[in-house]
Amino acid sequence: MSHKPFLLSAEGLNKNFSGFQAITDLSFYLDEGELRTVIGPNGAGKTTFLDLITGRTKPDSGTLEFEESHNLLALNEYEIYRLGIGRKFQTPTVYADHTVFENLVLSLEGSRGVWASLFYRLRPAEKEKIGSILETINLKDRAHWKAGALAHGQKQWLEIGMLLAQNARLLLVDEPAAGMTDEETHRTGELLLSLAGQHTIIVIEHDMTFVRQISQGRKVTVLHQGRILCEGPVDHVQNDERVIEVYLGRKSKAA
Amino acid sequence: MSLPLSKRELAGFIVAAIGLCILMPLLNAGGVVDNFTLNTWGKYLCYALLAISVDLLWGYTGLLSLGQALFFSLGGYMMGMYLMLMIGDLGVYARSGQNPNLLPDFMVFLGHTHLPAFWKPFFSLPFAILMVFVVPGVLAYIFGYLAFRSRIKGVYFSILTQALTYGAALMFFRNDMIMGGNNGFTDFRFIAGADVRSPEVKRTLYIVTAVIVCLVYLGCKWLTTTKFGLVQRAVRDSETRVLFSGYAAANYKLFVFVLSAIIASIGGALFVPQVGIINPSEMTTERSLEAVVWVAVGGRGTLIGPILGAIGINALKSWATRAYPDLWLIILGGMFVLVVLFMPKGIVGLPAQFKALWRRIRPPAAEPAPLPEATPAAVVPAETPAAK
Repeated sequence: MSHKPFLLSAEGLNKNFSGFQAITDLSFYLDEGELRTVIGPNGAGKTTFLDLITGRTKPDSGTLEFEESHNLLALNEYEIYRLGIGRKFQTPTVYADHTVFENLVLSLEGSRGVWASLFYRLRPAEKEKIGSILETINLKDRAHWKAGALAHGQKQWLEIGMLLAQNARLLLVDEPAAGMTDEETHRTGELLLSLAGQHTIIVIEHDMTFVRQISQGRKVTVLHQGRILCEGPVDHVQNDERVIEVYLGRKSKAA
Repeated sequence: MSLPLSKRELAGFIVAAIGLCILMPLLNAGGVVDNFTLNTWGKYLCYALLAISVDLLWGYTGLLSLGQALFFSLGGYMMGMYLMLMIGDLGVYARSGQNPNLLPDFMVFLGHTHLPAFWKPFFSLPFAILMVFVVPGVLAYIFGYLAFRSRIKGVYFSILTQALTYGAALMFFRNDMIMGGNNGFTDFRFIAGADVRSPEVKRTLYIVTAVIVCLVYLGCKWLTTTKFGLVQRAVRDSETRVLFSGYAAANYKLFVFVLSAIIASIGGALFVPQVGIINPSEMTTERSLEAVVWVAVGGRGTLIGPILGAIGINALKSWATRAYPDLWLIILGGMFVLVVLFMPKGIVGLPAQFKALWRRIRPPAAEPAPLPEATPAAVVPAETPAAK
């Protein structure tokens, strides 16, 4: 049976942090255009998994391929980024001393070379793109604020905006709803949904309401102790005995 | 391309440039400013270049280099080699007929009879000037390439640069380096055929220095407004994020490191003919640290700060080392502590600090009308996260 090549495929990944097994024999396949949600309790290895994809840490064993032609394990952070893999960190990581506008300029797709940066001038089309991103992330009137002065939720949005500016093919979004109000969370969900299809997205999240909103029958992956516990639509996952035991059992009472 | 200066900055720049480059030399030619004062200012301006080089690295890129005095001295040594060869038959040994090949005196003293090959091209001033750029540039490139590729940062980078300077100073102290040993180079006579000790040449050197300081200021100012400048400050604030924005941070750091080395080197090259001496004590870590204090006091992360700091502290030093010679280091150290504790932005940041203080002293008059309550989270630029 022929299969459309996976955008991202991980096989047999292991990562041990001086005695703590963060990722255990993890295999993960992602199709182009998918919006995949990854859930799991604290310490399940979700963020470590993103660290492995983006080159922040290297696994002890296993393979990690992008488009089946790029071996991500041989590349460093910025080379991986240049393949079109963008990341939003768990704690909003924006350039605090730069303005919102400058944050987006730094993230715009295009040359990353030293010499090019010396003689770089913002083209009108790029300016327009930044304008439309600012509108999307609702920060138009904050364009010339220093990013450090934004509220927490706004920083999260700015970081998502930076991914949009990059025009990444694969967006890795780590807890986008953390620290947001319900209304902001909902809007973030809508934003991610609007991107699905044109971009491939992995979202890591705790908030089950949010997961329900964005997964909409799409595949959800549950991680536990560095392994994939189960995969499937959110209803299926939520009714899985093992999942209830390790994660939702504790969480669903609170929800 | 438009000027990278605001209207106020441009006005200030023009006034300062006219004052330094034109007015001071004119007053000197007219006899109002004496030669000693002009020469001293020339020295301060060379130090200003050193300070700018420290600030480009520390204030703008977050790299605290304690090796800038090395690059400053290397520039000085390159110029010094040329000046040594220009002494010709006026040296002590030559005048007593013991120096047929007209070697610099220290070489005769060490028993050399022929000029070492690496000295020969330094008969040419253009070559010496070229080397002022090339030698520190190449050294900075090699050192920076290795350090940044290995992702050496923070205090480790500072320690390494400090070790580099220290190692170089030890090397230059050695006589078999044939660079003058611990006496270094001195007793210069001619530069480009003119008497380097004459008031006219000193004035010319002063003017060249002042013009170069102005040009370097403008160039660095321009640099900070480019996208390069954006990346540079991003590296300072969040290097990890820069990597995850697709930039090879190491290349940007390497560029700044080489550029700073060259700026410091130009300062050193101008310093030597004006001061008349260069020896390895100029490249010790203490010198680099002093330059760091100038930048901190003047205001790091600005371009005018290092210039003000270098001139101000050295003027103070000139006075204090005469008035209270034993207290100078205590004054310098005390000043550094005060600045770190109470003036994080240095002299340049003082107006803003006073303004803030003034507002606190007189809150009712200065307080703006309270903003409407409609969207508090958006209006208040504090971090108040809407956390659950």
